[in-house]
Amino acid sequence: MKDNWKDYKAGEHYDELITEKGGSRMPARAVVSYLKSLSPQDVAARKLAAESAIKDMGVSFTVYTEEGNIDRVWPFDIIPRVIAKKQWDAASRGLEQRLQALNMFIDDLYHDQKIIKDGIIPEFVLKQSKNYLKECEGVSPRFGVWAHICGTDLVRDKDGQFYVLEDNLRVPSGVSYMLENRSIMKRVLPELFEKTDIASVSAYPSKLYETLASLSPRRVNSPVVVVLTPGIYNSAYFEHAFLAQQMGAELVEGNDLLVKDDCVFMKTIDGLTRVDVIYRRIDDEFLDPEVFNPKSVLGVRGLMRAWKAGNVALANAPGAGVADDKVVYAYVPDVIRYYLDQEPLIPNVETFLCYDDKQREYVLANLDKLVVKPANESGGYGMLIGPHSSKKERQHFAELIQKNPRNYIAQPTLSLSTAPTLIGQDSLEPRHLDLRPFILQAKDTYVTTGGLTRVAMKKGSLVVNSSQGGGSKDTWIVDTEAKSK
Amino acid sequence: MMLSKVAERVYWTARYLERVESTARLVSIYDQLLFDLPRSVQLSWYNLITINSLQTDFDERYKVRDERNVVKFLIGDESNISSVVSSLKAARENIRTTRDVIPQETWEFINELSLFVQDNLKQGINRSKRYEFLGEIIKSCQQILGMLYGNMPHDEVWSFLRLGRNLERADMTTRILDAGVSVIAQMQEDDSVYNSRQIALGNVLRSLNADQAYRRLMRLSVNGPAVVEFLLGHKAFPRSITHCLNSMIHAAEQLPNPKPVRDHLLGIHKGLETKPTEVDETEVFSDFLNNLQIQFAEANNLIAQHWFSTDVEQIDYQAS
Repeated sequence: MKDNWKDYKAGEHYDELITEKGGSRMPARAVVSYLKSLSPQDVAARKLAAESAIKDMGVSFTVYTEEGNIDRVWPFDIIPRVIAKKQWDAASRGLEQRLQALNMFIDDLYHDQKIIKDGIIPEFVLKQSKNYLKECEGVSPRFGVWAHICGTDLVRDKDGQFYVLEDNLRVPSGVSYMLENRSIMKRVLPELFEKTDIASVSAYPSKLYETLASLSPRRVNSPVVVVLTPGIYNSAYFEHAFLAQQMGAELVEGNDLLVKDDCVFMKTIDGLTRVDVIYRRIDDEFLDPEVFNPKSVLGVRGLMRAWKAGNVALANAPGAGVADDKVVYAYVPDVIRYYLDQEPLIPNVETFLCYDDKQREYVLANLDKLVVKPANESGGYGMLIGPHSSKKERQHFAELIQKNPRNYIAQPTLSLSTAPTLIGQDSLEPRHLDLRPFILQAKDTYVTTGGLTRVAMKKGSLVVNSSQGGGSKDTWIVDTEAKSK
Repeated sequence: MMLSKVAERVYWTARYLERVESTARLVSIYDQLLFDLPRSVQLSWYNLITINSLQTDFDERYKVRDERNVVKFLIGDESNISSVVSSLKAARENIRTTRDVIPQETWEFINELSLFVQDNLKQGINRSKRYEFLGEIIKSCQQILGMLYGNMPHDEVWSFLRLGRNLERADMTTRILDAGVSVIAQMQEDDSVYNSRQIALGNVLRSLNADQAYRRLMRLSVNGPAVVEFLLGHKAFPRSITHCLNSMIHAAEQLPNPKPVRDHLLGIHKGLETKPTEVDETEVFSDFLNNLQIQFAEANNLIAQHWFSTDVEQIDYQAS
């Protein structure tokens, strides 16, 4: 592979492994020099080994298509993405800070709304937020925490600086793939783990369990924790089953549960068993047909009553998504300053709010340069990527924005960082990527070591979502200051 | 603590896995029987369809009742819910949805097996590669079983696996015995009959992987009454009806409120005391075996009503 690495051009973007001059970055030195030493045949063989490991391990995700749901094999690139530990430690402090502030913000919104009274955020932002749930007003979840599990998307710009692209506070997914990527990597390139100090990622399931168990309303030694999945046809079913297994929790669907006397029970072979904590992977809207979508068959009738009565914990709490709104996102730096009296440690990406006349004018005049996002969608849907768009698409978005300015934001097209990625049998090319770390908060806060690196596999593309052809890489946090093994 | 739905899936996982293995064995043994029998014995591949009570399904799809169609139907036909590929698919789906309660290797093993069958199905149905192909399937099933034996805590999940596996086994044993009896009934009275009968009975034993155990435990040459005694009544052989029943009774006793299921199983057990001994009275014997199959089906329904029901009224009643 020596020649491939010599020919590799990092391009104008920040490359995670290779510097502009063509040398390897400090934390990636060992892995790059090892990969260089492998023959192209050897690399192809490892790639094949990774593919067959993924099939055997049954790592898959479901894509919804017109012909029905298809189970796709998880796409994985064997070249890791490497980050220096020191840099990561700084980023993870920033992530903790951010989630703490966001939780204080949500709790405030459902109680006194001081932040609005103090004029930091305009009231209509809240009033028009789809994810603000009136039903949650006055509820006080334990520790004042609403978003217990958060997946925050980070990107790196030209300067190598991390930026927060978005916070996912509803039902973020991907953490199981972070864990599976590591086990694939250990199977396929075990030598690398002997040569480098790579921080382990394996603590996540037990940290998740501890976080969830600490929410139990009943003071019992081992509370009953369940993972509530929409079922086998959901795109993240693999992850739901994986996490339940890793935590030793029950994997349940809505019809396994019922509410009686404002307590939640599950139907077991012994009869009814009380449930203490529900890690729900169902959207708010479907959670309880009694309160929200009456047609939902995924949820549990009476669940909101039980939660409000304090008889069951829900993670994430209903209504936490209010802080997941992309308009709210623009205010997060102010939110951090307001509640914590600290400067944000990780900056936001510059964001234009279309409801502001001046900013909207700018957005409409520069649609070909900007990325326009709806305020409440996830999964990369409903976006306009200006530089890659047609005139017709831009016209369509201009109309959408004018019709409902509150619902749109725009950001400059980022130059996402790249990393060498194996294309075809043995060709190395730069591909854009992002990073989704996962942050847990209950009494304490925890950040994964690294996170899930997603890769846009198409040349020049910035779309990393697996539902739209994205791939993934193992993410290494490497301690360059540790004594070598 | 075990979800009713999970219990049901685990139970069916065991049944389907057992079905994959026994169907694969049944087909792979059949060749050898045909080669051994004198040409005067008119034995058809269609017997395998009759054994599994699949005549209607088969006849809807195929006109010719030849080897190729029978093997295709039993191994590779996705529209036959009892075929190896269908049972495997169902087992995988059940394992996929119970990954949180069974050892995680099960998931990997079933994936490997599914991929193997997918990749080799075409050649596997052809005669020249069939034996190896089916052998590999049997081996993989046993690998899963062995892994479960070595790793699983003997908790409720384990009890449901045992219930499912032993019910499927007991049912298969009755079917294979029945088939043996019908082969014997078809034989013409002539000099070769005694010999042919022995071959047929030997095949019954081999289809249940019971020939070696039979010789060791019975210390008798292969003869009708002894084979019947062995397959129905021997306590130590894992595929005998008695052994399967004992295992199921024991498994049921580890579960909450076992009484109705246990009583039914004890009833079947008691019925074995009056089993016919002479294979030659084929009609009486066949009736007896058919009756057993009906009782196993009832056992299945009882287990489902009792432990898998998610009907709240019923659950409340159980809990009180």
